[in-house]
Amino acid sequence: MEESLMKKFFKNPFVLTVIAIILGFVVAGLILLLAGFPPVESIRTLIESMIGRPKDISSVVIRSTPIIFTGLGVAFAIKTGLFNIGAEGQYIIGCVVATMVGSMLDFPKPVAILMVLLSAMLVSALYAGFVGLLKARLGIHEVITSIMLNWIALYLSNWICGLQFFHKPGTIGMYPVNDCTYTMILPFWKRTEEGRAFMTKHPFLQETLGRTDVHAGIIVAIIAALVISHLLNRTRKGFELRAVGQNIDAARFVGIDVNKSIVHAMMISGALCGLGAGLYITGQSPHTVSTLSAFENVGFNGLSVAFIAFSSPIGCLFAGLLFGGLLYGGAGLQSKVGAPTEIINIIIGIIVFFCALSYLIPQFVERLDSSRRSKKERKKMKGGEK
Amino acid sequence: MTDRILLLLGITLMYSTPMVFAAQGSVISEVSGVVNIGIEGMMTVGAFTGATVGYYTGSPWLGFICAGLAGAFFGLIHAFASVTCKSDQTVCGIAMNLVGPGVALFLCRLFFDGATQSLPVTYKIPKLFRGGLSGSLNNLNVDVTTLIALILSICMMILFYRTSWGMHLRAVGEHPGAADTLGINVYKVRYICVILSGFLAGLGGASMTLAIVPQYMPTAICGQGFIAIAAVIFGKWTPHGAYLACLLFGFAQALTIVLGGGSFSVPSEILAMLPYVLTIIILILFVGRAHAPRANGVPYNKGSRV
Repeated sequence: MEESLMKKFFKNPFVLTVIAIILGFVVAGLILLLAGFPPVESIRTLIESMIGRPKDISSVVIRSTPIIFTGLGVAFAIKTGLFNIGAEGQYIIGCVVATMVGSMLDFPKPVAILMVLLSAMLVSALYAGFVGLLKARLGIHEVITSIMLNWIALYLSNWICGLQFFHKPGTIGMYPVNDCTYTMILPFWKRTEEGRAFMTKHPFLQETLGRTDVHAGIIVAIIAALVISHLLNRTRKGFELRAVGQNIDAARFVGIDVNKSIVHAMMISGALCGLGAGLYITGQSPHTVSTLSAFENVGFNGLSVAFIAFSSPIGCLFAGLLFGGLLYGGAGLQSKVGAPTEIINIIIGIIVFFCALSYLIPQFVERLDSSRRSKKERKKMKGGEK
Repeated sequence: MTDRILLLLGITLMYSTPMVFAAQGSVISEVSGVVNIGIEGMMTVGAFTGATVGYYTGSPWLGFICAGLAGAFFGLIHAFASVTCKSDQTVCGIAMNLVGPGVALFLCRLFFDGATQSLPVTYKIPKLFRGGLSGSLNNLNVDVTTLIALILSICMMILFYRTSWGMHLRAVGEHPGAADTLGINVYKVRYICVILSGFLAGLGGASMTLAIVPQYMPTAICGQGFIAIAAVIFGKWTPHGAYLACLLFGFAQALTIVLGGGSFSVPSEILAMLPYVLTIIILILFVGRAHAPRANGVPYNKGSRV
């Protein structure tokens, strides 16, 4: 009885992820040691700069929000049998569209925000849907088109940045979005006299709200994760999408429109990336898009988030926070210990690596279990002989 | 006019070389049934190792080989995870893509005093003709690595379709169960292929940082590995198909450079999209359904029927 409980414990994906994370830190510590940095102190500094002060925590949340969305998008696609490596491009397109729409709009607040977010979602969904369409109709592998579309998105974004109508003179970016689309929490009140006076009385609020761009993104992210989780596991549509992902022939055989499913799955995945992009533009300064010289990896990091979360939508929330925290804390590591920030990429990579290996743990536990049992039996047999 | 065409050809060959190495690496791994999406990371490791060894020893060829070995080391890790541990190959490949560039930059900062790029090597990999060619023909005086890439591709074709080992290799990727019954050691074949794949990806990275640019920098390898993977799918998992796909891609990139230099009024960003748009159009028009090796990405359990 006790043993089966232990087996169950080690089959839980959450436990496996935690083990992978611990192993990731251990290996990173070894690498730091080899490179001549104090491992324990470095890791402690890293964690301290992630969650040391209230300000850090809210910065981590802000940093994580876009990655949570791209992670959700990728995780959703994985559940439906698609590998959306194009999250990066869909996110870039979402950012550009949100900025374009947001800089032109002048409506009352809720309407303006909704229009920006919806247009970003729609265009990103179409961008991803194109990949799905090519796969469904022509059988072109989604990975190859997605990789191409990532680059096309990058250059398209740069091109729009340079257009006279959108380009803000004297900068390398576009005109930022108008105030009416801001999704920060009380962005103007906190700068007023009244707001400042109120916050001096509440130091916690001053640290979190006053010093950072806290915005509504994380709340939307939590809602989105719940909705996606419900859609996948509790609705007919979700069942169909998962069925196509698990066994395309069986799905076709029971009468599911496989082609439509693939396109829909890609579109939902793209819409999630677009929503994350819209919330980033409306919620975080500089509220605009600049000319990119290379990918910013928000979408690619979403891949890692989805893998660390074992493609669970709810898990993406935690994995995204971890990832965002590591990215944010890495800067502190460099300034305080002097270890290059690249150690963060190594840590995340190793965590992903151990996540890939983690399914070995239940097997290992089982083997340990059975060998222990057979030892016991052998002992019993010996006892019987006596 | 001929001048222009020769220039176009020269740039095509130059740009496609790193991708050819990586694509051949990807082909050999995928045909044996192991998806290696970590090519990009392995290339970066190779690019760093090649430039660093080349700088400290002064010998580009030593750097080239060491780059291959560094890539092969990452290939070994990938093989261990995906063949022995039977883990998810895509996830593991993505991990390689995170760890590879991370390790490269981390070590670069340690070796070059905190700088994010290495110092330029004294001797680059030589050109094909030592003295150069006369006139516009000199555009075709490409790096020796370009020739090596071509020879490699031909060797791969011979290996795949003219030797019994190539036959075994393809069998392992199509139906490992059947291959196993014939006495082929599936695990061994896959290990060799994935390690070779890392080796070739490493060479590809070094052919960038030892021949095209003389040093390692974080942007030296930006997407060539992914393009190589796309080229493999494009070339329908054959060595010659992948080679041609890389050439095509290099050609599209060369076109943007040659056109960009002229008096065209097309914005440079739109021109830069050309290779990628062209690839998608060609895929839509000509390629059609691609058939991956049947057991691609599926870990093999001894005794299972597929």
